[in-house]
Amino acid sequence: MKARVTVTLKNGVLDPQGKAIQGALGSLGVAGVESVRQGKLFDVELATSDRAEAEATLKAMCEKLLANTVIESYRYEIAG
Amino acid sequence: MNAAVLVFPGSNRERDVVRALKAGSGQEPKLVWHAETELPAGTDLVVLPGGFSYGDYLRCGAIAARAPIMDAVRAHAARGGLVLGICNGFQILVEAGLLPGILTRNANLRFICHLQHLKVERADTAFTRAYQPGQTIEVCVAHGEGNYFADAETLARLEGDGRVAFRYCDAEGNVGGDANRNGSLNDIAGIYSEKLNVLGMMPHPENLIDAAVGGTDGAKLFAGLAQAA
Repeated sequence: MKARVTVTLKNGVLDPQGKAIQGALGSLGVAGVESVRQGKLFDVELATSDRAEAEATLKAMCEKLLANTVIESYRYEIAG
Repeated sequence: MNAAVLVFPGSNRERDVVRALKAGSGQEPKLVWHAETELPAGTDLVVLPGGFSYGDYLRCGAIAARAPIMDAVRAHAARGGLVLGICNGFQILVEAGLLPGILTRNANLRFICHLQHLKVERADTAFTRAYQPGQTIEVCVAHGEGNYFADAETLARLEGDGRVAFRYCDAEGNVGGDANRNGSLNDIAGIYSEKLNVLGMMPHPENLIDAAVGGTDGAKLFAGLAQAA
C-alpha cells in the first residue's frame, strides 16, 4: 500500500528558507508571490493492505519521527 | 568524575570534548558508540558532542535522538544524572524530548562560525558553579541551525523557572541585538531541564580551554562539572 506524508511548518513558526525562496522568486521576475512556506514530502510503501493498520502505522511514524510536532504538523494520504 | 562521551555517525567534536573533560577532571572519559544500549557503570556525566549526526538528515539531531543508547541516557537523566549536549548534542537532546523547544535554521540563513560572548544566567548549577552569576564569558559558535524556538507557554515556563543557562551578549554583557546572530527567541544560547541536571547549549565551551587557541573561558564549565560529580 502506498502513502504520501506531507510535513509542514505550523502557522506562526518563522520559515527563513521559505522567505529566501520567496525573495528568489521575486528576483526571477515571478510576480505576485505573497508567501512561501517550505515543507517535506515522504512517499512511503507499506507491507499491509489493511487501511486501518496503514493509518495507524502512518500516524505512529509521523509522531515518532517524520514530524517534530513542536513546530510541524503532518497529514497523510493513502493511495487507491 | 566518570564521563561518557557519545559518538554518533557524523559526530566530530568528541575529541575536543574528551580533551576538555580530561583537562577539567584529570580523568579520561569513555567514548560510547550510539548503538550501545547501556552507559558504562558509574557514569556521572553524559556528553553529546557537536557534529552532523546522520548528516543532519530529516532534521538536525532527529535520527540520533532515536539511537539505541538514548534510552539509557533518558534513564540516566531521570535518575538525576548529568547530561550535557553541545551544538548538535543540544539538537539531539531537544529531539529526544529531554529538553523543550527546537533549534531551527539560523534566521539569517548563514552558517555562523565565530567567537561569541555569553551571559551566564546563574552560577548555582553543576555546569556553571565555577562562574559568577551574570558573568560574561567568551566561547565560540559554529552552526547553521541554532535558532532556538519554543511556544510562548514553554518559553514563559523556562524564564519563570530560571532554566535559561546562557544568553548571547556582546563583550560588555549587553544581551541580544547584534549579538544574537541566529535569531534565537529571548537570545537563548542554552537551557536546563526542570531538575537542572540536563544542559543543552549551541556554543562550544570545549574549544575555549587553552590560551594558545583563543581563550580559556570554556574551561570552567568542565572544572565545575568535575567538582559537582
